[in-house]
Amino acid sequence: MTVTKEATPPTPDFEVRQHDSLGLRLQHLLHGNPTLGPLAVLIVAILAFSVANTRFFSAPNLSLVLAQVTVIAVLALGQTLIILTAGIDLSVGAIAVFSSILMATFATRMGLPGILALLLGLVAGTAMGALNGFLVTRIKLPPFIVTLGTLSIFFSLNAVVSNSETVRGSDMPGLMTWTGTTIPIGGFRLTYGSIIMLLLFAVFFYALSSTAWGRHVYATGDDLEAARLAGIRTNRVLFSVYTVAGLLYAIGAWILIGRLASASPNVGVDYNLDSITAVVLGGTSLFGGRGGVLGTLIGALIVGVFRNGLQLAGVEVVWQGFAIGLLVLVAVSLDQWIRKVKS
Amino acid sequence: MTGSLPTPVLEARGITKRYGRVTAIEGSDLQLYPGEILAVIGDNGAGKSSLIKALSGAVIPDSGEIYLDGERVHFRNPMDARAAGIETVYQTLAVAPGLDIADNLFLGREERKPGVLGKVFRMLDKAHMRTEARRHMNELGVATLQNIGQAVESLSGGQRQAVAVARSAAFGSKVVILDEPTAALGVKEGNRVLQLIRDVRDRGLPVILISHNMPHVFEVADRIHIQRLGRRATVITPTSHSMSEAVAIMTGAAEPPPHAA
Repeated sequence: MTVTKEATPPTPDFEVRQHDSLGLRLQHLLHGNPTLGPLAVLIVAILAFSVANTRFFSAPNLSLVLAQVTVIAVLALGQTLIILTAGIDLSVGAIAVFSSILMATFATRMGLPGILALLLGLVAGTAMGALNGFLVTRIKLPPFIVTLGTLSIFFSLNAVVSNSETVRGSDMPGLMTWTGTTIPIGGFRLTYGSIIMLLLFAVFFYALSSTAWGRHVYATGDDLEAARLAGIRTNRVLFSVYTVAGLLYAIGAWILIGRLASASPNVGVDYNLDSITAVVLGGTSLFGGRGGVLGTLIGALIVGVFRNGLQLAGVEVVWQGFAIGLLVLVAVSLDQWIRKVKS
Repeated sequence: MTGSLPTPVLEARGITKRYGRVTAIEGSDLQLYPGEILAVIGDNGAGKSSLIKALSGAVIPDSGEIYLDGERVHFRNPMDARAAGIETVYQTLAVAPGLDIADNLFLGREERKPGVLGKVFRMLDKAHMRTEARRHMNELGVATLQNIGQAVESLSGGQRQAVAVARSAAFGSKVVILDEPTAALGVKEGNRVLQLIRDVRDRGLPVILISHNMPHVFEVADRIHIQRLGRRATVITPTSHSMSEAVAIMTGAAEPPPHAA
């Protein structure tokens, strides 16, 4: 009798503990490898959409998905750097669109050679990013407020400079639309813009993981005061991050002109949320110091795959936003859970 | 200079710091001698933190002088103090929780690979930093850590403190300043950190220890600097005074003895 009495209680207890440790192990795994979750989501999504519509997993369609996500991916790359420092950039779309309008204006109305127009456009985007960085580090305003203000300012300047008119790609020098040119690889059509995008991700993956600057970006986002006390010039790090992000947005603007074969002042309204979505889906924490650019590339692909896949599956456009929104909430909840990891 | 006392390694004379209308410290002095653990105690608001921050370059005093090995120094920021050989472990630990132990040990002074990789591509020498980090941790007898690539946030409070102390001991060439190193620790871990502090001193680095924990102070300190109302009230030793006497001086219940050392 006593034997059975003693034998019964440990069994459920043991089961509960095993269940706990499984969840904990998953938590630890995701904590150590933050890109694992997004990668799983991407693979499952690709499999599911391939089953739903056979056209999805075809070379022409996959080329289209990649071309569609290229601009967002580059913008999200800059956004990742800023979010890693526990900031946020709401002016990303405004900087990109304004830069593209400036490039087009330099090349057409002002008649500058293509290379000069491009360089001036890149300088302008970098300067806009630097302005954000200046306001964040010197005037000590929260990034949310700074970029909310510059968002409005850049969009309004954009309207003034462009007269709200679209510049056609055929009126611009070839260099401006070169990023939209494709090279065929089998049935796959890769744009130069996508190649530039992938190179940029490689460069920043290296910079974040293998240089002191990268360590400092993480440390600054992790704990600003601790980083400062450890001797890191956090203001310099923050300023560099906002400035580099501005340059990336301007490169995104160049790719955008190639993608649309025009420079339009009226695109880019969705770019802010799309870029933040890609970063968050990629497993980078909005609280800073955690994540990376590899996840963002996956995050951007998830957005692209969902948009395209839902469309092919016959889901109405209005519900695509719904699905993406749901994904974001799940990703952020997951991030919160992972951050609660205990040793 | 009185008699046989050597030149202080670190000396503060008449340090004053005001924040708006609040005077944090007013004409405060401090002397740290070679090979000693100097504890700094005082009630909340006595000016311990401001005094320490002035010595570590975290605040710039409004007036007063700081001497390192008898030479006047001016610290404009924590980097200046570090460059001069003063390492500080702050109460907030100043570790980046998401980075690993080796990254944290070298945070702010990362080493690059030799040659083109380091110069042009600015590539970090991770392998070398890990080896060095392991050596430093072993030297201080903190060998319990299995993985030098472990994120600091996965460590216990005592282990984190050990990482912070190891960093200061590894890079501090003149002085190590520890701000409340045992405050958040349990008894066992606290004792381990105290042993770590003795080890640092025994390796020849003088230590300034700021603490509220009287038993800890009396256990490891060679001399005890009592700060009160923004000034140094006196300096005692664990043998010359009892804990309750020290507390009485600290709170103003007793007159400080004319200070000898």
